[in-house]
Amino acid sequence: MPEAILEVQNLTLKFGGLTALDDVTFHINEGEILGLIGPNGAGKTTCFNAVTGVYRPTSGNILFQGGSIVGLKKHKITQRGIARTFQNIRLFPTMTALENVLVGADAQHSTGMLTALFRLPKHRREERDGHDRAMELLRFMGIHRKADELAANLSYGDQRRLEIARAMATNPKLICLDEPAAGFNPAEKVELMNLIRKVRDQGFTVLLIEHDMKLVMGVTDRIVVLEFGSKIAEGSPAEIRDNPAVIAAYLGVDEEDAS
Amino acid sequence: MNTGLKSKVTSLPKPVKILIWLLLALLAYALPLLEPPILSTPDSDFASVLFTVSIYCLVALGLNIVVGYAGLLDLGYVGFYAIGAYTVAILTSFHASWPLLLAIPVGVVAAMVSGIILGAPTLRVRGDYLAIVTLGFGEIIRLVVLNTEWLGASKGINNIGRPPNVGDAPDGLFELPHLFWGNGTVLLDTKDTTKFLIFGYSDAVPFYWVALTAVIVVLFADRLIKNSRVGRAWEATREDEDAAELMGVPTFKFKLLAFATGAFVGGLAGGLFATQQSFINPQSFLLLFSILYLAAVVVGGQGNRWGVLIGAFLVAYLPERFRGFEDFRVLAFGLALVLLATLRPQGLLPPRRTVRAKQLEQELDELEEGAGGEETARA
Repeated sequence: MPEAILEVQNLTLKFGGLTALDDVTFHINEGEILGLIGPNGAGKTTCFNAVTGVYRPTSGNILFQGGSIVGLKKHKITQRGIARTFQNIRLFPTMTALENVLVGADAQHSTGMLTALFRLPKHRREERDGHDRAMELLRFMGIHRKADELAANLSYGDQRRLEIARAMATNPKLICLDEPAAGFNPAEKVELMNLIRKVRDQGFTVLLIEHDMKLVMGVTDRIVVLEFGSKIAEGSPAEIRDNPAVIAAYLGVDEEDAS
Repeated sequence: MNTGLKSKVTSLPKPVKILIWLLLALLAYALPLLEPPILSTPDSDFASVLFTVSIYCLVALGLNIVVGYAGLLDLGYVGFYAIGAYTVAILTSFHASWPLLLAIPVGVVAAMVSGIILGAPTLRVRGDYLAIVTLGFGEIIRLVVLNTEWLGASKGINNIGRPPNVGDAPDGLFELPHLFWGNGTVLLDTKDTTKFLIFGYSDAVPFYWVALTAVIVVLFADRLIKNSRVGRAWEATREDEDAAELMGVPTFKFKLLAFATGAFVGGLAGGLFATQQSFINPQSFLLLFSILYLAAVVVGGQGNRWGVLIGAFLVAYLPERFRGFEDFRVLAFGLALVLLATLRPQGLLPPRRTVRAKQLEQELDELEEGAGGEETARA
């Protein structure tokens, strides 16, 4: 049995009277691509936010590499090895593409004021390593020619790619992609699918939220389905496709592909 | 502006560039001795005005770190300036007689500590709230001083210590003559000399040199810090605090660092101001000055260190240059600010990247207009 890198245990999250997540339990194995799907408002992004420390769970536990990360500061969680992208792109618009990725790479660095001021060896080493890694990631994403462009000036697709590069730069073990294909055309989606596989092949574990069923079925190893904050199914893509509860909840009663 | 000239300058070999900078610095140092006709101020002592300008430059650089880089609106910056000035005043004259060179570092540290004390609880609030809290801070410092006998209250503190002289008083190591610009002739004025390096009451030139040196040092430090992890963290925090936090930037720590660094520079400026004036009272630290400092940063172009220097120069220099207009000068100054805000909302010298983003936006607009025109033509 492969080792679980992230375990979500009985996670419940309430906003006042509204229960956004109700007793959700699942885990992600090291090196797999797990799809998290569900209709709009099912609690997918809320689940992401709980894992990355944006929301504090009402009850339940989240273990990352065996240790609880509940209550840790957001940047601490990132430094431990969970990185994410955003559903609506949130780059640093007035910084260049390269600088955006460098901010990610800085997560594992410790250069402070004085080290930078006196240009101590640590500053130079981290700066060089960060640049090398950032350029490598930009090349990996195919946007290295736009390294000096402002993030705001990149095309929509490149901005999405840059977000993934920035997340990867924090040197995570688990990378959470929140609807990375939103707004993509079918050809771009196929390209992205291959890219996500390549990300995994580099040794990252991927948690993927996605609406597009074709993409999810094509790329994931396992799928967790949420509806109204509860987990209704879990299994391989083939199992999920044939699961009547999922078909009813997610695809509608009609068995035709909803998209 | 003149991009042709700019690209020519940037393509010069490095030694030439360094030489140009050195010459510019030398010119800046020599400015009060040269007293060039149009630039010099007919109605007030040119060296004193230049000293004020360099203090404003220092303040603007410090405030730029807080407002321009980290995006924290600070309306009470004069508070740190006051803390620096009063620490120096108390230690060198009012309650002790420390040497100035020891008092200034203490003043700077005091300002920095007050920055951390103010920042630790307040930097958790954002935007407008932070502005209000800092506004209150600036006023609190002034009111506390005004009502505390131990701090001189409204009478203020005089006889503040001066930097140690280099060379023996009264003549110093040597004398530097000023230039005198007569009717079409330039003369060396041997009666009006600056003694190197005597810090006296009558001559502000040595103080100007000290302040200018401080500006240059801070400018270098600013550059080194901006191009590092710290600078990037500030910028990321300014752009999107939540995203920055999720990318592993400890935003609170870096905001506090920005606040402390800004306070450091503000305290330094206050200390230098106190020693040159030799007398301070609460009137020197009105809310108005916080606003003027902020105006310098915004007018110049927040986030661009050269921009804020120009802003500081304008804010400090223009009212002195046009002192002859009496009360109208304030009106003219206000009008100039309004005009600037309308014509160049990004500041006189906005950060290069803002300019680039704007240009692209404009190009896109033009393209769209072109496409729209075609469509209508086709229709």
